[in-house]
Amino acid sequence: MAKLEVGQPQALGSTIPPDRLAVVWSSLWPKLAAIALALASWQVIVWSGWKPDYVLPGPLPVFQRLGEDLGNPDFQLGLAITLRRAVLGYTIAVAIGSVVGVLIARVGLLRKAVGSAILGLQSMPSIAWFPLAILLFGLNETAIFFVVILGAAPAIAGGLLNGVDHVQPLLIRVGRVMGARGLVLYRHVIIPAALPSFVGGLKQGWAFAWRSLMAGEIIGIVGHQLSIGQQIQFARDFADTQQLLAILVVIFVIGVVIDSLFGAFDRAIRRRWGLGGDS
Amino acid sequence: MSSVLALSDKHALSVERLTVAFPHGDRLLVALQGATLEVKRGELVCIVGASGSGKSTLLNILAGLDRPTNGRVHVHGRVALMFQEAALLPWLTAAGNVELPLELRGIKSRQRRELARELLGRVHLAGFEKRRPHELSGGMKQRVALARALAQDADVLLMDEPFAALDAITRDLLHEELERIWKETGLTVLFVTHNAREAVRLGDRVLVFTSRPGRVAHEVKVGLPRPRHLDSPDLAVIAGRITERLKQEVALGN
Repeated sequence: MAKLEVGQPQALGSTIPPDRLAVVWSSLWPKLAAIALALASWQVIVWSGWKPDYVLPGPLPVFQRLGEDLGNPDFQLGLAITLRRAVLGYTIAVAIGSVVGVLIARVGLLRKAVGSAILGLQSMPSIAWFPLAILLFGLNETAIFFVVILGAAPAIAGGLLNGVDHVQPLLIRVGRVMGARGLVLYRHVIIPAALPSFVGGLKQGWAFAWRSLMAGEIIGIVGHQLSIGQQIQFARDFADTQQLLAILVVIFVIGVVIDSLFGAFDRAIRRRWGLGGDS
Repeated sequence: MSSVLALSDKHALSVERLTVAFPHGDRLLVALQGATLEVKRGELVCIVGASGSGKSTLLNILAGLDRPTNGRVHVHGRVALMFQEAALLPWLTAAGNVELPLELRGIKSRQRRELARELLGRVHLAGFEKRRPHELSGGMKQRVALARALAQDADVLLMDEPFAALDAITRDLLHEELERIWKETGLTVLFVTHNAREAVRLGDRVLVFTSRPGRVAHEVKVGLPRPRHLDSPDLAVIAGRITERLKQEVALGN
């Protein structure tokens, strides 16, 4: 007994980690290679002398600058302001989008009236609303939230609506036979069944929210807070390309991280739902 | 047929001159016309009919999923319905699927878990509680669906060709399972199939439906002792006669 108990962890220790490492490596190295290639091309363009150094700096000074920025409290504060706006605006958009999505799905008249308008709103660049938002709310955070929500909510409502529309009718019958009606049916059958498609809408909604936020921050200087968007604008005003590129790297990384979170969420749901996502 | 009210205490369900028509393009499709039948409490009755005889429509109406165009339907107590597909909710485990009707009945979570375990044990799926539907075979899925139907604590179990998509051996096992559970629980079962042998294997009575529009054309009382075997000669003779009858109906319908 005692020997067996000692033996098992050893056996695990000797077999599993190399496999995991191999798996991680096999998905990691193409990404690393792509990054290396991108950096190398960037460096080559800089070396070619196409633009002077102060207009187009190479990767090395940009990443040095990024390192300094990340240690700078003002930069951290700006990052925090922008992320707070993104999270808050997105959360409100999710709430509004979900409610509107369910309402349109449930109420036939509403669907006829605004079902196609939702699709139209989705394809509308929400930054186009910004001038109106400024006139309505003044040049402040409310105007930015307005644009972020208007960008994200239609995509979220659309994803939910699409998911609800494509729930297998048989599952709804099953729910009804069990006595579930109305909101109970929604809670136990329709919403979970629609979830995989809803996640698609959530992901798209995030992308729209993030874009709208960046556009809003670059166009409108709100208060005296140095949000990320504003720092880009300042960097341009001072022709500080190093700073500009460093911030773009930050924005890019945030995008990649959030996208991979959504990806993981999506895969987990597909696996759980047995939808045959990659295992 | 005699009046519904006089028989109501002995009967689990009765259908009186039921007519159902659906709009189909610019015409009306009549699925059932003047169907009349009664099922006693604790009885296991099978309905056989070719496709298009309105069998599923009848079950949907008994389950309250569709409305009759004309005629009357009485069901005493709660109704559970099983479909040809197991139709398990894919995001729930086997136990979760069985627990859902319990939750909808307002049973507390602790008790739910225990009951679901017990019900899965009853359909011989002890140990499979945590499996997800896509990890189960077709026969296992139907067992979970059966456990889920039992969890509704219904008085009447309606079954719409529930074993039609299964292989012969699995179906045979599930026949035994159903028969055993029916005996243990005293459930009333109305079982729809297009397979005459299956009907004779299971039913106290077999109702043969006409083809479109559907109605009871013929009734067979199966006097064979239980347990019955699908391959027994006596069963085959009765099933053969029913099949003949079905063929006539199909020929008339076409």
